[in-house]
Amino acid sequence: MRTVEGAVLHFAVRSREVRRFAARPRGVRSGRLLATIMNRRGIATSTVVRYSQNIMPKIDLLEMIDISKSFHTIRANQRVNLRIGSGEILGLLGENGAGKTTLMNILYGLIAPDSGEIRINGQPVGIQSPRDAIGLGIGMVHQHFMLIENHTVAENIALGLSDAPFLSPSRHVARRLSEFGERFGLKINPQERIWQLSAGEQQRVEIVKALVKGADLLILDEPTSVLTPQETEQLFVILRRMSAEGHSVIFISHKLEEILSICHRVMVLRKGEVAGKAETKDVDKRELARMMVGREIIFRIERPALKRGELVLEVRELVVPGDRQQVAVRGVGFQVFGNEIFGIAGVSGNGQRELVEAITGLRRASEGEVLLGGQDITNATARVVASRGISHVPEERIRFGIVPNLFVYENAVLKQHRQRLFSRVLFLNFGSIRKYASAIIERFNVSVPTIDTPVKNLSGGNIQKLILGREISGQPVLLVAAHPTYGLDVGATEYIRRQLLEKRGEGLAVLLVSEDLEEIFELCDRIAVMYEGRFMGIVSTAQATMENIGLMMAGSMPEIAGGGADPIPADAGRGLE
Amino acid sequence: MSISMRLVPRHQTSTGRQLAVLLFSLLAGFVAVGVVFAVKGVNPLFALWKILAGSFGSFYGISETITKAIPLILIGSGLTLAFRAKFWNIGAESQLLMGAICATWIGLNLGTRLPGWMVIPLMFLVGFLGGAVWGALPALFKVRFGVNEVISTLMLNYVAAEFLNLLIVGPWKGATQQGFPYTDDLPAAATLAVIPGTRIHYLTLLIALACAVILFVLVHSTTFGYELRVVGENPEAARYAGIDFFRTTVILMVISGGVAGLAGVGETAGIHHHLTYPGVISAGYGFTGIIVAWLAKLNPLASIVSALFFAGILVGGDAIQISLGLPAATVHVFNGVLLFFLIMGDTFVNKRLVVIRGRRS
Repeated sequence: MRTVEGAVLHFAVRSREVRRFAARPRGVRSGRLLATIMNRRGIATSTVVRYSQNIMPKIDLLEMIDISKSFHTIRANQRVNLRIGSGEILGLLGENGAGKTTLMNILYGLIAPDSGEIRINGQPVGIQSPRDAIGLGIGMVHQHFMLIENHTVAENIALGLSDAPFLSPSRHVARRLSEFGERFGLKINPQERIWQLSAGEQQRVEIVKALVKGADLLILDEPTSVLTPQETEQLFVILRRMSAEGHSVIFISHKLEEILSICHRVMVLRKGEVAGKAETKDVDKRELARMMVGREIIFRIERPALKRGELVLEVRELVVPGDRQQVAVRGVGFQVFGNEIFGIAGVSGNGQRELVEAITGLRRASEGEVLLGGQDITNATARVVASRGISHVPEERIRFGIVPNLFVYENAVLKQHRQRLFSRVLFLNFGSIRKYASAIIERFNVSVPTIDTPVKNLSGGNIQKLILGREISGQPVLLVAAHPTYGLDVGATEYIRRQLLEKRGEGLAVLLVSEDLEEIFELCDRIAVMYEGRFMGIVSTAQATMENIGLMMAGSMPEIAGGGADPIPADAGRGLE
Repeated sequence: MSISMRLVPRHQTSTGRQLAVLLFSLLAGFVAVGVVFAVKGVNPLFALWKILAGSFGSFYGISETITKAIPLILIGSGLTLAFRAKFWNIGAESQLLMGAICATWIGLNLGTRLPGWMVIPLMFLVGFLGGAVWGALPALFKVRFGVNEVISTLMLNYVAAEFLNLLIVGPWKGATQQGFPYTDDLPAAATLAVIPGTRIHYLTLLIALACAVILFVLVHSTTFGYELRVVGENPEAARYAGIDFFRTTVILMVISGGVAGLAGVGETAGIHHHLTYPGVISAGYGFTGIIVAWLAKLNPLASIVSALFFAGILVGGDAIQISLGLPAATVHVFNGVLLFFLIMGDTFVNKRLVVIRGRRS
């Protein structure tokens, strides 16, 4: 199908002339004739020529060889090899931060690799921009859609389509759309505006957009994270049809069931390296989970057994809405005690952020209660919550935790700046603020020339030390830490973890949200696994295994007796000890 | 071979670099304005010289420059506050007018009834409130209904200007003005004294200088100023830190609008002594104030200097209208071009240009 005729058929399947044209012997098919036919059908010649050119470099085999990429000190990809053939659906599995997206961004030309090369059909190719990638037949559907909400489907697709006619490009596109609709079951009304569409439909628009641009290999970055189960099924039908037509698909996910049901082969990344490759028919969930989270953990840090302190935080049946009118947290309950680190594991996007925001006063819960030391603080403002002794190391530290253009000393009191110590009536007390900042710098080993440096000049690790120092220097009763070591180098990671354990020893209650199972196992006394807004279970670390937690993170209940995990949907408030 | 250019973020910036970029932007702006002069058949250097001579070359020029700097200092320093919080207040013009309207009402109605010493302070107070209310409205619209403040402040300019037009041809039209669309002249107790031989209403000048100092202290030393900077630099962090966005935004616009209102009081009580057409009460001070704030790098104290600079251009612009026969719009072109270059220059404070030579593979 991938010949000039095939391309023509894409556009005008019902056209008799075209079919007649396609049936002619090879020698007779001159470009002029093609043009005549196309003109008669009202299709721009350039379209066909362009499209056939796009199809010509058909990707029979794509290889990424020894790809490495580092960001500062973090190795995002390390000598990664990937190959995918025509008609193949390859699953790319790994936790967040494992390097999946980096690898795909390299393939799509968004990031340049430090070393390694990409070959198509055995020929090395240079991909320096998405434009190059598209020209080679590589398309990408991002996790967050790149669509213009107020425009119609056809307008969105016409946008950035180099061969669209100058006048009414969307009509031109609408014609093609119906073709793809029939071929792949991608039904969309081209006149509908994007904001009227469901997430699933928007995703279809993105897929069609890539196909119209001539994508032979399609990269889907966590395509199911925004879909309902039904929409996911529909997507799979589309992907299977595409695969049958010879399109290749790279399917990024961290959901094991999906990988097993749709992919032919799977490649697992962990900490930037390939942790395993397999045919999906040869592996089961358990094995994949093990590859994804890593088998053994080296406990570098001692976690002394401590007698649990008093009840500090109690969350009862909390329901929290998300950003897009969905319910992000669907009735979660747990308790955190003094001298305890309570971990919430799970792949991000399962309601952890909304849960943390509801507890720290940044988001309103619609149902349920949050009690701190027996007092109701449900839906209190962030300032009240902070003044009651809850401190918060936020996720995305640069976005939430600091003000990059302000100096270190100014950032050292963000949140505490209204305390008596730092401000009198109207004025800030810069003397005590500077003293406080210097103390944090010294005590938490923040490497910074002076406290008069803008925070944006600090490394990620030093920013996090500053934030942690600020948050635990104020004698809190509860510390909520979200992904505190995400993206940090080994040294900073270990330092932060030691600090958390030290504070635990001093009686602090810590609620730790992390995707890093190693971290969870190393630090936590008890672990809850969050999946789709609920806790899959709460287990004590001593009884938990990596494998079980990994399975729960992927939404499966491990069916083990006495292995640790107990399902607790009903009696969620009373954690199992 | 091809040459491509790319902007690369710079990790560290020094004050010296900022200053250098600033001066270079001004210079580039002058060159661009020079092209405009040249097109009009005027030697650009001669025109610049005339502008300088007109504004700073004589006692009269200097006194006029200072007179025009008074509202610019007030508005400019007030705008630095709003712009620091990334609240784009384009409505200082109308905040000035509302200040003028409110103060005039006091002057006309209470000017002869109240004890003399009370009138002027009361006019400044009420003028401040008038500007403050007019400034707080768009702030409320923004935080409550998400209305873009650029649109609302800009549109409120027209509302205030037409309201003033309505007053001077309608209910407030003066009986003693022989049919001119003016209000009656303010009573003596409601006018500001000037330095003899000039139009410098020194009380407003002192207030303006004090405002610049107070706003500087407010931004850099107070809890409110700290919160305002956090809101402007990183609203997400402000939310995380429990800073009340609503309160901060409304207060800052009360202040920013209020000082613009003070400028309006100064213009009516110090110069015109009655209300008249909006374009006469304010010679575009609300808009020039934007450039003043920008050239001052959003530093209220520095806006004193940049206000004098732009007041000089206004006065010098008037001079070249007469001596070189250039149209009145020349000054607006001048200011507009300079603002363009100042804003463009900002790019180079945080980024540097890298030229890449070579073949793309």
